[in-house]
Amino acid sequence: MNKKFSFLLVLVLALSTFLAACSGGGGDKASNESKSGSGDSKADSKKEQVLNLIATSEIPSMDSTLATDNVSFNVMNNVYEGLYRLDQKNEPALGMAAEEPKVSEDGKTYTFKLRDAKWSNGDAVTAQDFVFSWRRAVDPATAAEYAYMLYDVKGAEEINAGKAKPDTLGIKAIDDKTLEITLKNNIPYFKSLLSFATFYPQNEKFFKEQGKNYALEANTGVYNGPFTLSEWKHEQSFQLKKNPTYWDNAAVKLETINFNIVKDTATAVNLYETKKADRAGLTAEFVDKYKSDPNFGTSPDTSVYFLRLNEKNEVLANKNARKALDMAWDKKSFVDVILNNGSKPAYYLVPDKFAQGPDGKDFRETNGDLGKQDVEEAKKLWAKAKKEAGFDKVTLEMLNYDDDNAAKISQYLKEQLETNLEGLTVNIKPQPFKQKLELESKGNYDFSFAGWGPDYQDPMTFIDMFVTDGAHNQMGYSNPKYDKLVADAKGPLLSDLDARWKALLDAEKILMDDAAISPMYQRGTAYLQRDYVKGIVEHPFGGDFGYKWAHIE
Amino acid sequence: MLRYTLQRIIYMLITLFIIATLTFFLMKLLPGSPLKSQDKLTPEQITIINEKYGLNDPLPVQYVNYLGNLAQGDLGLSFQYDNRPVTEMIAGRIGPSAQLGLQALILGSIVGLILGIIAAIKHNTFFDYGATFLAVIGISIPSFVFAGFMQFVLGVKLQLLPVALWEGFSYTIMPTLALSGFVIANISRFMRTELLEVMASDYIMLAKAKGISQSGIIIKHAIRNALIPVITIIGPLAVNIMTGSLVIERIFAIPGLGEQFVKSISMNDYTVIMGTTIFYSALFIFIIFVVDILYGIVDPRIRLAGGRK
Repeated sequence: MNKKFSFLLVLVLALSTFLAACSGGGGDKASNESKSGSGDSKADSKKEQVLNLIATSEIPSMDSTLATDNVSFNVMNNVYEGLYRLDQKNEPALGMAAEEPKVSEDGKTYTFKLRDAKWSNGDAVTAQDFVFSWRRAVDPATAAEYAYMLYDVKGAEEINAGKAKPDTLGIKAIDDKTLEITLKNNIPYFKSLLSFATFYPQNEKFFKEQGKNYALEANTGVYNGPFTLSEWKHEQSFQLKKNPTYWDNAAVKLETINFNIVKDTATAVNLYETKKADRAGLTAEFVDKYKSDPNFGTSPDTSVYFLRLNEKNEVLANKNARKALDMAWDKKSFVDVILNNGSKPAYYLVPDKFAQGPDGKDFRETNGDLGKQDVEEAKKLWAKAKKEAGFDKVTLEMLNYDDDNAAKISQYLKEQLETNLEGLTVNIKPQPFKQKLELESKGNYDFSFAGWGPDYQDPMTFIDMFVTDGAHNQMGYSNPKYDKLVADAKGPLLSDLDARWKALLDAEKILMDDAAISPMYQRGTAYLQRDYVKGIVEHPFGGDFGYKWAHIE
Repeated sequence: MLRYTLQRIIYMLITLFIIATLTFFLMKLLPGSPLKSQDKLTPEQITIINEKYGLNDPLPVQYVNYLGNLAQGDLGLSFQYDNRPVTEMIAGRIGPSAQLGLQALILGSIVGLILGIIAAIKHNTFFDYGATFLAVIGISIPSFVFAGFMQFVLGVKLQLLPVALWEGFSYTIMPTLALSGFVIANISRFMRTELLEVMASDYIMLAKAKGISQSGIIIKHAIRNALIPVITIIGPLAVNIMTGSLVIERIFAIPGLGEQFVKSISMNDYTVIMGTTIFYSALFIFIIFVVDILYGIVDPRIRLAGGRK
């Protein structure tokens, strides 16, 4: 026993000296590394066209059919390519399509010629690759959550519901390089839709070779975009390399893009400070510190946040009460003080700088602001609502997420609304993400903080949310006039785009006039970016960024 | 010993089974579905997708299916990370978490023991107060505060150590230090108290009377006896490190298991919740088992198999 014990002691001592030595030695080495490393990366990247970025999570999916999130879409937008790609001006530009398609007279059949493009394994990109991918997306056996993105293609909805076979989908390979697509409706935004991930081709042969492992690792995927995914260390980092087989590779200047996965904003900022990252996103608490930094910037986003006002509640069923609620709080200081990240106060549903009409004007430019803050008016309307709905004091429950940011938002609204609307008590109800969604879809709340990001580049993606009994209405709003305008814009007016645009503009006015929702803000993001990074393009939908045209100066 | 081990393994399996069952049903009580874009889908679309994953089946059927797969070692595919096998996800992420945990535990135990012993021997002196002060700090400052502070001072200002990421040993130093603070504090306090108690006992008096040198007494008799209770807390400390590593992994951008576990719960990623819970439980049960075995080695008076030889 004595022997054993002394052995234990020796082991412990040995380990302790080993560890002490390691930490000392390691420390020195690290300091050298980080010093020379940061110097090098700066000098090298100027020469070498290497961009160092941060991803906020592991890539959830590299299978373009199954992906649903921003991180995946962002990587995909740079390693895959559909028939179109959003260009520097965020207009759909030819991608895998060689030329603009022939469109039938009724606007429902598109015939595309594909260009001579190659996958990164040398295979040609063929029309069959599109057919395979699209059929797979709507096949209920695939269980793709974004299958609904294809519902504008003929037969997609029936196939997805299991009422028809996948090969009845409105897409046909006439030959290797000719693709014929048939739509259910002649939608005007089809081209930009074609730049979205769910519409990308997939190399059928490669897919079948890889089987279950398809796109789970860097080397079990195959790429046809400006870059390839060359390395993927899960939950740690991934790397994009310029794709030599890309048809337009002459336009691509970056050789390598390194992504490190960093979830904490403070850590990201520290990495930026030590030159390990060329760009870092900022949350509100960092904005004040960096606001005057020359590398500070903000960019508008196309997600809009608003309060859902549930009309199942007796008070909120009253239009004047809803109006009072909307007018009673200060959106401007909310955005400046609470969010402080480049977000804009919203008096509308359809975001700014998102969609242009047939007249070439932005939707927002035509419709303008459809509401305002006016506390006096709000008080009058509130008094009126009290009489109409017959209440004096009322307690409303505000449903929200359970994170820090949501808590600040709730506090602000509670304070503002309770001060300005007499007799109102707001109870904040923070709930975990999924529980909050569940309560909303069941209508078990009074009002809630909600947001919406576009699925395609057309105001309809926002507007059709609130049709009577729509799946995303979730607040019992119903206005026959509104429903008619939406139905017309989705049907008869598709052949008259000016009238359709007008219908969408009018629909938004009705929604705002009814105070169906209380719009809060259009999200923006604040960031720091090194001045030698040029040409990163920000996209309004699909993948957030395009690195195709980016370079290091 | 063999019989005891076998018996323990059976108990361990039963415990695991109970944990798996409870977790399964509790998890199913979570509202919402595991689909990623639940907020974008209509109820009809959700039903279509649930069908493929067998989520429309009655709960008992789902439970039996799950146990069947589990018995074959199949933890299923993640929802959040489309079709990635959960086993692969855990295997890929456990490395960094385990390395950090072990380093922190070893460093923390060694430093903690040394501090504790010094404090006890130099009872009521400057050293003692110094060690106690360190212990109070170690317990009262949360590891993430310490981590953020180190990151800023050592990483950003002095640039002695890498700020974050996971690319070599130097990258593990700050997270290890951050995690070990709690261990150091606990072990040193415990060791000090135990050692003081042992030093006051009769057999130490006897040893002294026999004329054994002070260092001989401490090394041969005192420390060894004081270690027994200390070993008891290593199990809970290991668990504490596992959960503590979650925040530390986030701050230092370490590709570990911690964050995954938490995120899977908020996303209702059923298969990942089950997989990581079972994995963590198995690990915990195993650590307790090892600690029990260690008792017998340190203190021969403790006979595990009910006193039989």
